[in-house]
Amino acid sequence: MIRIFANAAYDFLAVRRWAYVITGVFVLPGLMMLGIRGLNESIEFTGGTLIQVHARDTTMRTATIRSALQTVGLNPEIQTFGAPNEFVIRARIEGATDTGTSTQETRALVEQGLDATFGPEAYEIVRTEAVGPKVGSELRQKALLAILLSFGATLIYLWFRFEWRFGVAAIVATAHDILATVALIGWLDLEVSLVIVAAALTIVGYSLNDTIVVFDRVRENLRKFKRENIYQILNRSVNETLPRTLLTGLSTITATIALLVFGGGVIRGFALVMTFGIVVGTFSSIYIASPVLLAIEQRWPGEDVKGAKTIVARGAPAT
Amino acid sequence: MFSTIKGRLVLLLALVALSAYSLIPRDRTIRLRDADGRMRDTVERRVPLKLGLDLQGGMHLAIEIDESAGPNVDRGDALERVLTVIRSRVDEFGVTEPLIQQVGDDRIVVELAGIVDPARAKQIVERSAFLEFRITDMQQQFANALPAVDRALAEAGVRLDAGAAGAATPTELERLLGTDTTQETAEGDTAAADTSAALDQPGPLSSHLFQGQIPAEFLVLEEQFPSVDSLLHHPVAQRAMPRGLELVWGMEPTSQGGRAYRALYAVERRPIITGEYLSDARATMDQVNNQAVVQFELTRAGGRVFRRETGRHVGDYMAIMLDGRVHRQPPVIRSQIYRSGQIELGSASLQEAQDLALVLRAGALPAPIQIVEERTVGPSLGRDSIAQGRLAAIVAAISVVVLMIGYYRMAGALAVLALGFYGLFTIGGLAMFGATITLPGLAGFALSIGMAVDANVLIFERIREELAGGKTVRLAVDAGFQNALSAIVDSNVTTVLTALFLFQFGTGPVRGFAITLIIGIIASFITAVFVTRTFFLIWLQFGRATKQLSI
Repeated sequence: MIRIFANAAYDFLAVRRWAYVITGVFVLPGLMMLGIRGLNESIEFTGGTLIQVHARDTTMRTATIRSALQTVGLNPEIQTFGAPNEFVIRARIEGATDTGTSTQETRALVEQGLDATFGPEAYEIVRTEAVGPKVGSELRQKALLAILLSFGATLIYLWFRFEWRFGVAAIVATAHDILATVALIGWLDLEVSLVIVAAALTIVGYSLNDTIVVFDRVRENLRKFKRENIYQILNRSVNETLPRTLLTGLSTITATIALLVFGGGVIRGFALVMTFGIVVGTFSSIYIASPVLLAIEQRWPGEDVKGAKTIVARGAPAT
Repeated sequence: MFSTIKGRLVLLLALVALSAYSLIPRDRTIRLRDADGRMRDTVERRVPLKLGLDLQGGMHLAIEIDESAGPNVDRGDALERVLTVIRSRVDEFGVTEPLIQQVGDDRIVVELAGIVDPARAKQIVERSAFLEFRITDMQQQFANALPAVDRALAEAGVRLDAGAAGAATPTELERLLGTDTTQETAEGDTAAADTSAALDQPGPLSSHLFQGQIPAEFLVLEEQFPSVDSLLHHPVAQRAMPRGLELVWGMEPTSQGGRAYRALYAVERRPIITGEYLSDARATMDQVNNQAVVQFELTRAGGRVFRRETGRHVGDYMAIMLDGRVHRQPPVIRSQIYRSGQIELGSASLQEAQDLALVLRAGALPAPIQIVEERTVGPSLGRDSIAQGRLAAIVAAISVVVLMIGYYRMAGALAVLALGFYGLFTIGGLAMFGATITLPGLAGFALSIGMAVDANVLIFERIREELAGGKTVRLAVDAGFQNALSAIVDSNVTTVLTALFLFQFGTGPVRGFAITLIIGIIASFITAVFVTRTFFLIWLQFGRATKQLSI
């Protein structure tokens, strides 16, 4: 049988300062870039321009139109409209605010892109119109509210099943992953679409799952190894769950990489955020969640873990 | 009983049959209101799993405000109201994820997924919202006539079809609701006096109605709603109804004691006022009582009518009806109202008050709408992206399978087999909920697949640990499943909790993500702790795994 990291005994907690530094170096500049550049929202949130095209050239397909428009820097949504040679293109120029002029500009850009690939005779623009956002501002507020409330619920559940310290540490680790994802969006200046929102939500789920598996082992080991201190128990738990953490991470990441390689333009953003999220989720459940639990325990020692001994950080080696 | 392999296989088979059953396309009869207001039965083919607009496309309708009767003063406001009405009408269950978008400054585009019959799509959108206020049946004429209706239905041999048997008894429910049972008993007495047969068998209609919290309000179990509705529209029942009364349904199901009910109201046929007299409605917080209220204004002519009617009906309940459905529980008329009145909503939130105000404003739609264009549209992701996505999903699935079998050998193969069942359960569950599959939905599905794989990995790693600790194969397997359980339960419960909040407070695509995630995790839990375990038991029983485990 193949076993990876079967009897691992790494001192993960010893390098926790480094983990904080790595996180800080990645997250803070990313958030700053996002703050300066602003969030690049997709047409679903901002609205944009709708252009209906009648194709005379039979080689015009959603795929070929998409690549033609990508050469002029547009990231359009393309659907067939009634007949197979009739298309609706929804596009927006990045950062455009004034809808009146941007409608004309978008049309000009679309024409430029289509002319370059198919020639001006190949198609005809039937109409051009400004369109409102598909999802209103209420989606944004409600999604944020939903995430915050679900954090609250998670906290209460973990408090009930484990102890409040575990709940707080799990929330911190998950919040870390959300911030890191937002930072990634900042670094790459990714366009935020509904699909990206879905990917971010998926990361929340994955990361929480990953962290809880480790904490479950911590709870078990607290009962089992009463002579060890919290530092040793945390390290032991992370090491014992390491094969599972890596294997699950590996199988999930294989799937997201397949999406990244074969998924094509629209799925690629989703797959990229997902792949990143798995890496970050795995990182945080090893290097962030447990150190945060240790830090909380050192700051507010005492109290019982349900049915277990007091977690007291006695004799933790100096780091 | 499910501790034996045989028992487990029976349960597994039952789950498979249930999932498969929900995936079989079948015809169902639905009632539609005709253009002239009559109800008519249509047979519609129910497709078990609809793909969303982004994956499959659907019906595209462009709507404009009909200005043939004269131009509109405030077109922007009118358009916004139309948008609201259409959104509430189309997105009735919140899982179909339609596109409703303003185009230009005078048009609304509505796209509906999976609807192939353009006439049906138009019908959903085109009916203009019709608002009316009606007084509920204060004399309990309907309650008194119920025995006669029952008798008429029983004589005609009409019965509710399947599903009626498992209903809660009225007394059980009334205890739940804490309402008095006097009316129900009175009914029972009359029925008993009239026909002795009614003693043994409760009436076809009354046995499905439970007394609600206010006069003339009845509750029907949500799952019986369609069949009771067709019962009510039976000609025999219609003839036995008291003159001047009508039975109308509540707009949304309510839940009480963990079950979903649909309210049914007996109201006067004649409205005391209709939406055309309503000029405005606003939601505010009442500072004194700290409760949400909706203030509404009537036109001058409306005020005259309303003063006369409310004067006669002080103390009565007034149903607010939109398109023939009662919106919220009817409020009581406290005093005579002239041109402006207010509806107190008790403990309701400001958001609910705003919704009601919108219903009132939308019902007072200043102009009719017309459909100017209808087309079928392709998937909004584009066919190219979908083909690529499909390929990517297949590659992803194969790589997970290779990894699982490569690392865990025979145990991995069993897990992969169990994952096949997981897929079936999830898709069956989605079909049961009538969910529309969209790309965010598929993301939720992907996450739950990840968690299903993870649950198996957790169990297998645990079994390996137990084996390494020196346990025999059988003991190690038992201990592995047992000890991995708490981690699986905790991570699944937390994720479902998160998803529940996303479903409750999210909109559109966020809800789609949440619903697939919830169903997927339930399926994944069943798969890991039950299906995989069953396979292991069979393997240990009949295979050669008792000495050496291929894991």
